[in-house]
Amino acid sequence: MTILVDKNQLVVPGEVLARGSGVDVAGGVYRKKINGETEIIASMIGLVKIRQDSVGVVPLEGCYIPLEGDIIIGKIVRVGLTSWNVDIRGPYVGALRVNSVLDRDFDSLRESLEQVLNYGDVIKAQITYFDRTRDPVLTMLGRGLRKLTHGRLIDVDPVKIPRIIGKKGSMIQLLKNMTNAQIIVGQNGRIVVSANSVEKENLVISAIRKIEAEAHTSGLTDRIREYLEEKNKKL
Amino acid sequence: MTQDKISLLLDDGRRLDGRELHEIRPITMKSSVLDRADGSCYLTWGNNKIICAVYGPRELHPKHLAKPDRAIVRVEYRLATFSVNERKSPAPRRREYELSKLIKESLDSVLFLEKFPNGTIDVYITVLDADGGTRCAALTAASIALADAGIPMKGFITGCAVGKVADKMVVDLSDVEDKDGQGDMPVAMNYNTGEITLLQCDGEFTTDEVKEGLSLAIRAIGEVYKMQKEAVLAKYTQIEESIDDLGEEEE
Amino acid sequence: MRSEAIVGVLEKQYVTKLLEKGKRSDGRNLLDCRPIQIIPNVIKKAEGSAMVKWGDTVILAGVKAQLGTPFPDTPNDGVITVNAEISPISSPTNESGPPGPRAVELARVVDRGIRESKIIPMKDPKLCVIPGKKVWILFIDVYILDDGGNLFDAAALGAMAALANTRLKRVVIDEDLEEVTLLDEKEPLPRKGSVASLTFAKIKDTIVYDPNLLEDRGKDARFSLAITDKGIVCSMQKGESGVFTEEEFVTLLDQSSSLVTPLLEKIEESSQFPEMNEMYHFDF
Repeated sequence: MTILVDKNQLVVPGEVLARGSGVDVAGGVYRKKINGETEIIASMIGLVKIRQDSVGVVPLEGCYIPLEGDIIIGKIVRVGLTSWNVDIRGPYVGALRVNSVLDRDFDSLRESLEQVLNYGDVIKAQITYFDRTRDPVLTMLGRGLRKLTHGRLIDVDPVKIPRIIGKKGSMIQLLKNMTNAQIIVGQNGRIVVSANSVEKENLVISAIRKIEAEAHTSGLTDRIREYLEEKNKKL
Repeated sequence: MTQDKISLLLDDGRRLDGRELHEIRPITMKSSVLDRADGSCYLTWGNNKIICAVYGPRELHPKHLAKPDRAIVRVEYRLATFSVNERKSPAPRRREYELSKLIKESLDSVLFLEKFPNGTIDVYITVLDADGGTRCAALTAASIALADAGIPMKGFITGCAVGKVADKMVVDLSDVEDKDGQGDMPVAMNYNTGEITLLQCDGEFTTDEVKEGLSLAIRAIGEVYKMQKEAVLAKYTQIEESIDDLGEEEE
Repeated sequence: MRSEAIVGVLEKQYVTKLLEKGKRSDGRNLLDCRPIQIIPNVIKKAEGSAMVKWGDTVILAGVKAQLGTPFPDTPNDGVITVNAEISPISSPTNESGPPGPRAVELARVVDRGIRESKIIPMKDPKLCVIPGKKVWILFIDVYILDDGGNLFDAAALGAMAALANTRLKRVVIDEDLEEVTLLDEKEPLPRKGSVASLTFAKIKDTIVYDPNLLEDRGKDARFSLAITDKGIVCSMQKGESGVFTEEEFVTLLDQSSSLVTPLLEKIEESSQFPEMNEMYHFDF
């Protein structure tokens, strides 16, 4: 196998990253046989990731693709008779059944679903089932899963979420520690921020925007720490 | 050969706008220009100005149009009413429907549609100022907007027209050369793989001229592809440079 | 950037809670306007044009002119017509297809502001070339490219700025044959002053000027008025299901003259050098 690019190199769809056999592909690439030789080609804009025997691209743009187990922040877009439809910012609308919200029996004669969750309500939920042929199924039964009633909801590029969380949660911890804000991160590119003042919330949001814009650069955690230190002085 | 056709070339063999026979017009491209769209591109190519927005992959309404095994691509190519000499009615014309279809088919070939069953990828292109070669420019812009939206693709589609003016094969026809010349031949392809995704012509060409035209078009597309790649990366490299500058100032 | 198609309870709550304290979600005061940039004369094929960046709203207006027959009931007047396209490019919620009621209302409100202000003298011989037979027909087309709220004011400003740099081909009339010849030489469109639009949004009990996208989508009522440089109100439009009181209208009218001045200045600035942008260049 010959690798034709450097680690962390910026690439665009169509660029050949490696030739030859014995290479596994990670995300963001595809394989193509040309004259009997295998080529590994980028399919997304992103940074080259080289592991021992694999080549991939960490995408810098992209939509949210649900994964079973993901914690997401959704918005109720339709209230049905026994279930809700939830916008999860991906290509698919999530389905949330009443027995995945209430751990008791629901009496459809006496109560209505609107009283539980109404149009526009924002929820923290989990993906329990998804296979791309059917709409993702959600649950709100689980620790911390609930209707979110306060805080600022912002949307970020879903592919930047890993960067906002950081290695082992280092970046998000930094944000929380330096601002005392409560930050709920949904894997689908939605974040709810609440702090004791609008100014503090604005600071967290501006730091998140900076992480988003500079996600492809190195030394980001240090820059965010400096940024927060400087801005904190002015607050 | 009529008098008109000769007059499209100057005495020194150059074209009316001063270009060499095989020279493309100046091109600029910029990605992520719109706040709302998932991906976008603003492209100028000579006097052409084109804006393209991509939305998706997203849910398709009405649902019966959805394909259970893949996403569909919907392309809308439009000319702004003021982009042409005579004001165009806002309602799309037959030409716009045909070009939308061809652009869609061209883009289909490079998109991994099976990754998004039941979904749609919507590509909206509006030509704001037209000066010949808009379909090739539109395809070039659409590829950038699609990559900017993070839609997985095999590579970019890049286009460039060639044509026949005063019995000579020339690259990248302007509006005047297109209307008064002897023929127009738009070509678009995935430059990396050599796969040609769009080929049309109107006018009169010998088979040898068609062959020459194809090879000229591919060479020009190679130049445009280089710019396309740089334009897509510019958004990130500019941020990197600004961070480097900051670092140097601190030292 | 991926933007939200649905406004959730949390975003609405944030906007209304701040408004109760007299503050806005983007940090502005209630009657502050977002930054505005007009880029005149950007389309080569148009007789006049302007790109307007109003906050994060982007619109493009172009004027095309052609000689045609006047309407039978106004045989001595040139013709002006405004069309608006809320392009699917501009937002995930704006769908493609023929103009819906929203785009038609937008076009008609912009049209009325320009028409009723009479700033374009339609009977001027430069516009009414041969009375009853040949007049200039001006098509103003406004394209919404990025919908960041307050389309009314941005569209009206774009249309006005495009008219302000419109140049028509000079016409030579052969009186005997009643024929006209168009020359390549161009001259400015006759114009007497300018007009601008002010739009207010009412959210619960608070009224703001120049609503941003969140305010625009959460508003209960809308009020737009067009005012000329002579202080004449020439068009008004109350929109949406919410209501205003008499006192509220009176207050808004009192505030209007100070709000409209900077807009009128911008129009004049952009029209002073109709040829400054001979490269027909603009950027996002």
